[in-house]
Amino acid sequence: MKTFVYIDHFKGEAQPASWEALGLAKTFGEATALVFGSGVDEMVKAAFGYGADEVLLADDSALLDYRAETYASTLSALASSLSPDLILFPTTTRTREFAAMAAVDLNSNVITDATAVEVSGDTILVTRPIYEAKLFEKVTASGKPQLITLRGRAFPKPEQQEGKTGTITKVDAKTDALTSVEGYSVAEVGVSLNDAGIIVSGGRGVSNNPSLQPPAGLDDKQAEIWKAQQGFKLVGELASVLGGAVGASRAAVDAGYIPYSNQVGQTGKVVAPDLYIAAGISGAIQHLAGIRSAKMVVAINKDADAPIFKVARYGVVGDLFVIVPALTEAFKKKLGK
Amino acid sequence: MKIIACIKQVPDSEAKVRAEGGQVSWGDAPLVINPFDEYAVEGALQQKEATGGTVTALCIGPESAKEALKHALAMGVDDAILVSDPGLNNIDSVGAARILAAAIQKIGGVEMVVFGRQTLDNGSGLTPTQTARVLGWPMLGLAGQIKVDAAAGSVQVERVIEEGRQIVKAKLPAVVSVVQSIGEPRYPSFMGIRKASKAEIPVWSLSDLGTSAPAPLVTRTELMNPPSRESKVEIITGESPAQIAEKLADKILAEKVL
Repeated sequence: MKTFVYIDHFKGEAQPASWEALGLAKTFGEATALVFGSGVDEMVKAAFGYGADEVLLADDSALLDYRAETYASTLSALASSLSPDLILFPTTTRTREFAAMAAVDLNSNVITDATAVEVSGDTILVTRPIYEAKLFEKVTASGKPQLITLRGRAFPKPEQQEGKTGTITKVDAKTDALTSVEGYSVAEVGVSLNDAGIIVSGGRGVSNNPSLQPPAGLDDKQAEIWKAQQGFKLVGELASVLGGAVGASRAAVDAGYIPYSNQVGQTGKVVAPDLYIAAGISGAIQHLAGIRSAKMVVAINKDADAPIFKVARYGVVGDLFVIVPALTEAFKKKLGK
Repeated sequence: MKIIACIKQVPDSEAKVRAEGGQVSWGDAPLVINPFDEYAVEGALQQKEATGGTVTALCIGPESAKEALKHALAMGVDDAILVSDPGLNNIDSVGAARILAAAIQKIGGVEMVVFGRQTLDNGSGLTPTQTARVLGWPMLGLAGQIKVDAAAGSVQVERVIEEGRQIVKAKLPAVVSVVQSIGEPRYPSFMGIRKASKAEIPVWSLSDLGTSAPAPLVTRTELMNPPSRESKVEIITGESPAQIAEKLADKILAEKVL
């Protein structure tokens, strides 16, 4: 099987899930990595290190900023001339877009968020979550090449080998653009939920600390958000000691406590950490679906009947404002931090 | 400015969705406008308020999907169109994009098409981008903010991406998909609900669009309920928060998940 793997990046920083895609490709035979951008030699090196046998490099100043239409056209031109059977991508906001466009050009389609890929002969069967991960479907695509985006942490990341090299083939960039990038404001993101091995999440309950006195001059809503932010500070401190990411329930996000990018569940943000700690989250159906792939769930909630306890391995029925900081202290001591 | 808001009808997010006999079942849960598409309607209405013009809600679906369009009408869109045809029962995202593009061309003079970021059912989020590609229009995806410069015939959006925000600009006509930062969807007004209840929603078939049913390129071979993950929870208790935390930390460390 002729397999291409697109190495996704933001300003030259590779998305780690790209290496997972490379690892999967290697189980089917040789793997060709696709690197698009400008001045991306480090990524080419890394692609060889993670197992690529060949790199197709489109290095062009017009590709410095990701734009869906230029990346899509570059990809579809490559795929038309080289006829791969399969192109794998990590699932990111970028790949979801430009793979979708390239599929239109190639009269094929994209299968997104794959959690398993089985190959038998010419048939590729892909397992993916639907209905906010309440269900899973197996699908197959009839077009060629098949385009599949893989869900982060669903496939093992290969070991990186030092000093491994391979053939680099320069390919043409397609630079006809319909959009122009005017600027960025890059957030302090910390660990992304998609790549996180550990997630500590807060729910609506983070705003209910009765012992806090909000500063004067805030109205009720502002006071609630202020209290919630103090609550998320505790959640963040535990996440930081564990080297994890901060998540949130839909209720906490809808209430304006924390940005949408932190939301677990519903937006299709299905997470797969090794450890998921839920603080003050009761466990709405969408949230439980979103954390189904977590290896272990720990729940802290003052309501012993909260549905979150049904999916948890360990639970504490108690006040998160007391338990979470105590847990942070305990881990600090035990992990020597 | 002539704006289209593309919407879809899906089972309510609270529904207990199950696989039954190879089919998706959502019990007696209601079908509603896809929650992300309420943001699309909101974003479209904001642009109408800023620059004038009209908003048309466009939906592919069965006759019952008129209810989702009525929700958009009640929120304040000017009119609604349903594309409905038995040939569209099994279309995939590329198929939907081709049909929506055909409907947008038939409407004519459209300057902006607004989508929600994804639907709750399939969740792939591919259709907005693919519609832009079929139309040959620029795609401005995941916009948290939209600014139209009517005089220059251009639109600038702030995209909300994993790494932060990216400002991207394009000429109109363009396709935009929006995320929640666009603003809370407005509630249907009393007048809006009255207007929606009386509205005659035109239904276009494939022959009205002068096209045939696109063959699906992706087909489902199996539908599965996820493995049950109910686990017996061990509740940690203790004399003090410190002692509970100590015990819990030891349990977690023993599981070797760190």
